[in-house]
Amino acid sequence: MNKNLIGIAVFLLVVFVLVPLTINATGRWDLYYTLTSVALLAIGSAGVWLTFYIGRINIGQGAYALMGGYVSAILMTQVGISFWATLPLAGLFCAGIAVLIGLPILRLRGVYFAMITLVLTEVTRLAALALPITNGAKGITSIPLPGSLKLFGVTIIPDFATLESPKLAFYLLAISLMVLSYAVLWRIVNSRLGHLCRSLQQNEELAASIGVNTAYLRVLTYAISSFFGGLAGAVFVAISQSIYPSSFAVNDSVNFMLYCFVGGLGYVTGPMLGTFILYFGWDLLSVAKEYQLLIYSSLMIAMMLVLPNGVLSLFDRKGGKK
Amino acid sequence: MEQILANGLYLGAQYALIALGLTLIFSLMNVLNFAHGQMYVFGGFVTYTVVAQWGLPFIVGLIASAVILAIMGALIEFLLFRPVIRKSKRDESTMLLAAGIAFFLDAVILLLFGEKQRGVPKIVNGIFNWDMRLIMPYDRILIGVLAIAMIAGFIALMQYTKAGRAMRALAQDRMAAQLMGVDVDRYSMIGFALGALLAGLVGGLLVTITGINLGMGGPTSVKAFIMIMIGGAGVISGAIAGGFILGMMESIGLTVLAVYGDITYLAIFASLMVFLALRPQGLMGKPWG
Repeated sequence: MNKNLIGIAVFLLVVFVLVPLTINATGRWDLYYTLTSVALLAIGSAGVWLTFYIGRINIGQGAYALMGGYVSAILMTQVGISFWATLPLAGLFCAGIAVLIGLPILRLRGVYFAMITLVLTEVTRLAALALPITNGAKGITSIPLPGSLKLFGVTIIPDFATLESPKLAFYLLAISLMVLSYAVLWRIVNSRLGHLCRSLQQNEELAASIGVNTAYLRVLTYAISSFFGGLAGAVFVAISQSIYPSSFAVNDSVNFMLYCFVGGLGYVTGPMLGTFILYFGWDLLSVAKEYQLLIYSSLMIAMMLVLPNGVLSLFDRKGGKK
Repeated sequence: MEQILANGLYLGAQYALIALGLTLIFSLMNVLNFAHGQMYVFGGFVTYTVVAQWGLPFIVGLIASAVILAIMGALIEFLLFRPVIRKSKRDESTMLLAAGIAFFLDAVILLLFGEKQRGVPKIVNGIFNWDMRLIMPYDRILIGVLAIAMIAGFIALMQYTKAGRAMRALAQDRMAAQLMGVDVDRYSMIGFALGALLAGLVGGLLVTITGINLGMGGPTSVKAFIMIMIGGAGVISGAIAGGFILGMMESIGLTVLAVYGDITYLAIFASLMVFLALRPQGLMGKPWG
């Protein structure tokens, strides 16, 4: 336990203090964007991981990220709500949709669930193209930067537009949200709810037969998972200041799932690590130009051949040998 | 009305052929082949290269697509899926591998064939016109008929040959099939090759009409998933039914819902959800458990 606390403290120190200092010293400001993306994608994959936790393969996180993004964008540009208020609203909207969609489809299992969530991603993209409110293929552009957040007259977060380096601000925002999300995730996993989820993962019929309300739990976890997706999408929109139907597509949904797999499904921090490795790896490989995707996918396939149970499964093996 | 039905049949025949390959691989190895759409695109590009660039007859291109994709499928099964299935703790790991292969094929297609939309010249000219009620170019009719013939050929193969029987036995119960002396490894490989071959054939057929481009892989996989969910995963008759149903729904939806904008797939998805709520295993699928 003590060791865990030290680990968390070191992690917080690194992401909040050391990383900005290093970037300042080296002048690699572009790294902020990469790290911000990693943090946001990690929030999305935290959601996917949670659905894995109840034994469902979720390849639909891209759909919720897109929905969250659109909700935030529409609320900001057409209703004029502050960015900070749209964050929870985007998450809640996605959670609500997830309940509606989840009620029928969570009865499906295994590849069936995986397939329909993947279909959901594609359908969301097509819906964003077709519905009038989303402005079709042109998307929504020139979305304002997040304004200031005041509580009882005290400015907690300054207006992003007045800041010298919105990049740093976005980095801190994304990292804080990520830390918060993973704290929530850790809390869920180590609570009564988490135990019940594990029972679902192992054997749903057995869990139901001893009185676990499986239908309710499934929908609840799926809604929480989609909340994370919507949150990530909303912040992405604020950073890029624009959203298009293709902002999150099938590939992104698949990527969210891959991040979880690569990190390993047995650990709360798995999706974070997986996101970091894959996204950073992808970024580093950009030197290879047109061979980027080829090398990336070859490495991924090679990794599957060597470590089919995720990177963190290395620790499993050590534990096994003792 | 006749026009809508004919379009639906034509679309359905191709869709069914795509879904057949996917469902065959799924039933034999319990692998959801994400790369199926990419295999289809690859097949299309092979036909394009042979027919449009080398100037050989269309049938040669089609055969080349089939052969190359079959070899590719066999290699993928032998070199990648087999070791991973043996080593991994969870079935789902194969999905990661399949997704990796999908990305890999995307990259290979990009490097080999580029990102441009490609097509081959029409194989037959002229338009069939029945009293203005049913208008269809001859090449579409030819492709539709070829697709239906291939479906029939595939069913015959599965029903009446030794390999087909072995694969059906494998799909029913892997363990029992092994105990009865079926060479499981060998027929898994043949099954995967056959599934990839079907994807390649559809690609080769469709390149003559809609052309082919790099971005078509993902959406094609998604459509194939919808089909096998309608029909029930791992069931051959289900894949055919799912293909024709989706083809019909698309054809009807595009005509009827056109006034409301491009919402056909939204409507199809909504009805799919209602349908799955009533019948999660699809039309002909086996209930799990």
